[in-house]
Amino acid sequence: MVRVLLNVPKQVRKGEPFDVKLLISHPMESGQRRDAMGLAIPRDIINRLICTFDGAEVFRMDLFPAIAANPFLAFSVVAERSGTLTIAFVDDHGVEQTETSAVEAV
Amino acid sequence: MKRLLPLFLLCTIAAAPRSGYDDASAETRAMQDDDSANPGFLWVREGEAQWSKPAGPQVKSCASCHGDAPVSMRGVAARYPIVDRTLNRPLTLDQRIAQCRTERQQAEPLPSESDAALGLAAYVGLQSRGMPVRINAAGAVVEAGRRLFETRMGQLNLSCAQCHDDRAGLKLAGAVIPQGHPNGYPEYRLEWQTMGSLNRRLRNCMVGVRAEPFPPDSREMAELALFLAVRAEGLNVETPAVRP
Amino acid sequence: MTTVVPAFHRPADTRRRFLLTAAAGTMLPGIAAASPIQVAVLIRRLVGDAQLDRGRVKLDLPVLVENGNTVAMTVSVDAPPGTVESLHVFAEANPQPEVLRLVFGPRSGVPRIQARIRLATSQTVVAIARMHDGTFWQDSVDLLVTLAACID
Repeated sequence: MVRVLLNVPKQVRKGEPFDVKLLISHPMESGQRRDAMGLAIPRDIINRLICTFDGAEVFRMDLFPAIAANPFLAFSVVAERSGTLTIAFVDDHGVEQTETSAVEAV
Repeated sequence: MKRLLPLFLLCTIAAAPRSGYDDASAETRAMQDDDSANPGFLWVREGEAQWSKPAGPQVKSCASCHGDAPVSMRGVAARYPIVDRTLNRPLTLDQRIAQCRTERQQAEPLPSESDAALGLAAYVGLQSRGMPVRINAAGAVVEAGRRLFETRMGQLNLSCAQCHDDRAGLKLAGAVIPQGHPNGYPEYRLEWQTMGSLNRRLRNCMVGVRAEPFPPDSREMAELALFLAVRAEGLNVETPAVRP
Repeated sequence: MTTVVPAFHRPADTRRRFLLTAAAGTMLPGIAAASPIQVAVLIRRLVGDAQLDRGRVKLDLPVLVENGNTVAMTVSVDAPPGTVESLHVFAEANPQPEVLRLVFGPRSGVPRIQARIRLATSQTVVAIARMHDGTFWQDSVDLLVTLAACID
């Protein structure tokens, strides 16, 4: 379980796009770095992230080692009614994590 | 004109210190300015959790004694390091937090540079954000730090002052040399791709000039930290800062 | 300012050059970087025979990068919500050319993504938007990457 900061407006307007900001605590080890002994530090990144609102997809994203450590994403969502924004991501080991935030649409 | 430049810069620092924030690119500054985009806040939230986490045989958390951090810790980071009168040596905020943990909570110390330690320091530091650095120290103990700052060291035989006083604002390998103030620590450094303490940065600098770094809990590190804070008076606390 | 030209716009000997580079790549383990040709091949695979034009998609990256470890990037498309199918970003001189691939869904708002990326060296970064109407649009930025003077 890594720390996630999910910034969603508490209240949005129905049908009007709103911005979401996401910060995930993760080293996103690229596999390119070497340790003190000169050995390559193995790749270890979050490689897939899916954002859904009220069960329907906002986007699905493939992440590569070129995504910087402690990934920050900002994107736009549109809601027709109140619901839950869900972020689900998986890393190279297959470990999944889900974060949610309630959004009220008026 | 070139010979007068270091003199001019020295006078400039004496007049008004310049935060590393002003030397960073617009993108880096933007990263710091937005709390929902500042990676340092991952550690602030961690620190917030640590603040209420009980530890030690009496099962006490920071909150047990200090209550609400935004109230009890307001202004604290802005006046650290302090001078410990009994030991007659400076004490940094990191050391004070560690001391509280081992002596008052009687708990295992948090490993230095761990997420928990950096988080707690970031959370406490945040409670002084925007407040001016104001240190209650003068005389020999500050002068000891100044001497360290001005002493050449390492194989490259450079003192802190030679880069961060005399050549602040000039470039070293494409990067602007900042004045080197401690007002944003612990800070998220893009070079580290993570959060780090002032100790880590000072260690980098010393390794950079090929000097043996002072041990983290040494008197020298504390004296240097105290002098740096006095030198930074006039700047506001920016914790958690973002730097290149 | 160099522009990325997809493989099918280039003269015919590009294919021979690509095969030689690929062969060299397999013989030299640990080869450090991708190449404009690799990116061109990936783009060709993505776009196929469709037209690829500049415009509509905007790739926002600083031209002078302070630290390649973390570079703020925004990819946005001048189009209404629901019209963009996906976004693809490539970095020509990174160890691996792909940066991100994003497929928009029905709940997506304004077609835009802001992210922080790693850039190994000065290079060209390319962003491609695929629209639901089958058209492809691209933008690219040439940037200079500097690093911290004092290494950790």
